Amino acid sequence: MASPDISKTIDAVWKIESPKLIASLARMTRDVGLAEDLAQDALVSALEQWPSEGIPRKPGAWLMAIARRRGIDHFRRNKLVDHKHQQIGYEMEARQEDAAPDFDAALDDDVGDDLLRLIFTACHPVLSTEARVALTLKLLAGLTNQEIARAFLATETTIQQRIVRAKRTLADKKIAYEVPSGAELSVRLASVLEVIYLIFNEGYSATAGDDWLRPALCEDAQRLGRVLAGLAPNEPEVHGLVALMEIQASRASARVGAQGQPILLMDQDRRRWNQLLIQRGVTALARAEGLRPRRGPYTLQAAIAACHARARQAGQTEWQRIASLYDELATILPSPIVELNRAVAYGMAFGPDRGLAIVEPLLGEPALSGYPYLPGVRADLLFKLKRFDEARVEFEKAAGLTQNASQKALLLDKARECRSA
Amino acid sequence: MRFMMLVIPKGYESAKPDTMPDAEQVKTMMKYNESLAQAGVLLSLDGLLPPSAGARVSFCGGKPQVTDGPFAEAKECVGGYWMIQVKSKEEAIEWAKRAPMGDDELIEIRQVHEMEDFAADVQAAAAGLDEMIGRK
Repeated sequence: MASPDISKTIDAVWKIESPKLIASLARMTRDVGLAEDLAQDALVSALEQWPSEGIPRKPGAWLMAIARRRGIDHFRRNKLVDHKHQQIGYEMEARQEDAAPDFDAALDDDVGDDLLRLIFTACHPVLSTEARVALTLKLLAGLTNQEIARAFLATETTIQQRIVRAKRTLADKKIAYEVPSGAELSVRLASVLEVIYLIFNEGYSATAGDDWLRPALCEDAQRLGRVLAGLAPNEPEVHGLVALMEIQASRASARVGAQGQPILLMDQDRRRWNQLLIQRGVTALARAEGLRPRRGPYTLQAAIAACHARARQAGQTEWQRIASLYDELATILPSPIVELNRAVAYGMAFGPDRGLAIVEPLLGEPALSGYPYLPGVRADLLFKLKRFDEARVEFEKAAGLTQNASQKALLLDKARECRSA
Repeated sequence: MRFMMLVIPKGYESAKPDTMPDAEQVKTMMKYNESLAQAGVLLSLDGLLPPSAGARVSFCGGKPQVTDGPFAEAKECVGGYWMIQVKSKEEAIEWAKRAPMGDDELIEIRQVHEMEDFAADVQAAAAGLDEMIGRK
């Protein structure tokens, strides 16, 4: 019988165990960077020993024991440096002694708080967005530098430096390893959600022919979101984000055609939408809405996505409901992109003139200059109003702005249609 | 990628229709289910009643024929499943290794076919079907 390649098995164990390992070590050492180094040391030992000795029955406990021993050595070496280090070293030794055989069960029970601390630390606003994303994938999703580099079309050196710098920043700024509370919590949570959604969108924007690690980022983000929902079950926006990602991911196999061309939401074959993910998304949305004092931006976007998911055919979409959700979103998160989407929803729900009334004020908007959807949406509304000359100009403008060849062809077809209308 | 972990408990193929797991088994299993959920890999799970509570529909000669369970010829049967989303088959195996199973149980791991895995012509065939039933 073929046995699976041991290095792949070690990768898999690492993916499962490393976040818990690093989270616990960071609590013990009060230093995320050091925790990660110790965990890496343990991984190196596993790569050396497991191929000949076999995988231990409790690989998590094995890795933890090695990492802890390395930690104690580290603090012994540095004990003359200062008293604090000495203290941490003693504490680790004390824990080492009372480590019961079944200590990985104990680890699983207590590790939740540590994981939450690790997420908040990796996503700390003191770090640049890029650094937060890289550190989160490294520490919480178990990706290697090389995998992160491939997924983000960067070099491994770039990612490595980014992570080293991030860890140094956390140490220099003396960022406490803790879950924020009170007023700080909402700001810090927003940063965590932003990082997870950025990872998801990076995966979602992958195109055919890309390295498979890019679309796989969607799964990494979904997984992080689900973990976070388990750790912070009373935060409505966490469930909102999970719902949004599940529903968007449910369309993965419908949004690209057989030739690799993107297919817009309204033109997708809805039978290809994954009903299990939709159901999970709708459930998460209900949890978010059950917790709300008011709906946050992720929950609202998930509610909009759910409206599309509920419509078995594009023609059954509840546009009035979507329009009112965009109204709500525009009040809490006003942005030109939200306005443009609101215009589309109004156009569908109440007629093209109502949509156009929302589009017109956006025309001078610098944030939308060069954005093909602005003339695209405007063209579509003008076309429906039978203002064909104006529509043609807008379709041509949109065609000139889009990078996507099949979209360009589609827009030029529409422009020709205007000429003959 | 998605995997189904199928539980195959020995003897379940001939179990009585009202066979139920005991409270202790359920408790242990819940703990395992919880660990899958906490790790963000669990998509869904279900336990199945024994074959004696089910039926088989066979299609010999193009005609459906129904046989009520249990099925004398069956050597093993599925007792339940987890659907998980993980990075590799090796990771699915690692999760399966952590399941609280007895000596007479085994877990079979099977990857879920994704639409993207199908060849372009099969995908096109599915799209053609869509037009045929007048959805567009």
